[in-house]
Amino acid sequence: MNRFLWPLLGFLVLVGFLAFGLTLKPSEVPSPFIDKPAPGFTLPQLAAPEETFSPEEMKGQVWLLNIWASWCYACLQEHPVITNLAQSVPIVGLNYKDKRDEAIAWLDRYGNGYIVSASDTDGRVGINYGVYGVPETFVIDKAGFIRYKHIGAVDEKTARDTLLPLIRELNR
Amino acid sequence: MLNIASELRCLVCQNESIAASRADLAVDLRQQIREQIHAGQTDQEIRAYMVDRYGDFILYRPPLQATTILLWFGPLLLLVFGLLVLTLTLRHRMRSMTDRLLSDEERKRAEALLKLNNIPD
Repeated sequence: MNRFLWPLLGFLVLVGFLAFGLTLKPSEVPSPFIDKPAPGFTLPQLAAPEETFSPEEMKGQVWLLNIWASWCYACLQEHPVITNLAQSVPIVGLNYKDKRDEAIAWLDRYGNGYIVSASDTDGRVGINYGVYGVPETFVIDKAGFIRYKHIGAVDEKTARDTLLPLIRELNR
Repeated sequence: MLNIASELRCLVCQNESIAASRADLAVDLRQQIREQIHAGQTDQEIRAYMVDRYGDFILYRPPLQATTILLWFGPLLLLVFGLLVLTLTLRHRMRSMTDRLLSDEERKRAEALLKLNNIPD
């Protein structure tokens, strides 16, 4: 009896670890930015390149920074959700490594809920924000601190159960 | 350049280093590293720059922390455990071997029995 019990136990422990490993998402890397000030930048606006946007301008408000690109499929997927969210919170787009005319055409075609989009043509600001895949969405509080980062497309469930409650709490 | 880039994990294709990956992000990060080397940054400063943005996950050689102790010493722990099991097993087997040997008295009895049975022809 004892002879089989130990290997069996070891096997079960191993199965347990492996099963746990399957529930983890290796593509979601925890951001070191949580509860740190959002990196500053000044970028040309997508619609009006002679004007700039800087996160400084959003001080005093809770807002979202949504990284998107017209070449990114998941961005299209989350776009209706983002547009919907824009009714409850100001959302700034960071147009990541995109061509200006293509980005503008994309917004014309699928709708534009952003209060403004900034052009990060060479992806430098993206790197400063630790972006490693589009889309990513940052929740930034009134003091300019990053409170949450969502990696990948925002779906309705995430918007309803995570983002909106957090925004409501930060707005209080 | 290659030295430090090969110690950094590409976050897009996580099994590749930034030096080896052809992902767009890796190309950009290599460019960043190049610029920083030109600016006279040390390896350590560049590494810190990357960790600030992407977290410890970007390092292939994770720092020794409470959360990574098992990662660092797990193999050693397994080795010690394995040696322990091995010695216990060997000792156990040795003991059962000596148990199986006949004592002097037993041997005499056995010889006597064999002689009894061994009827000369």
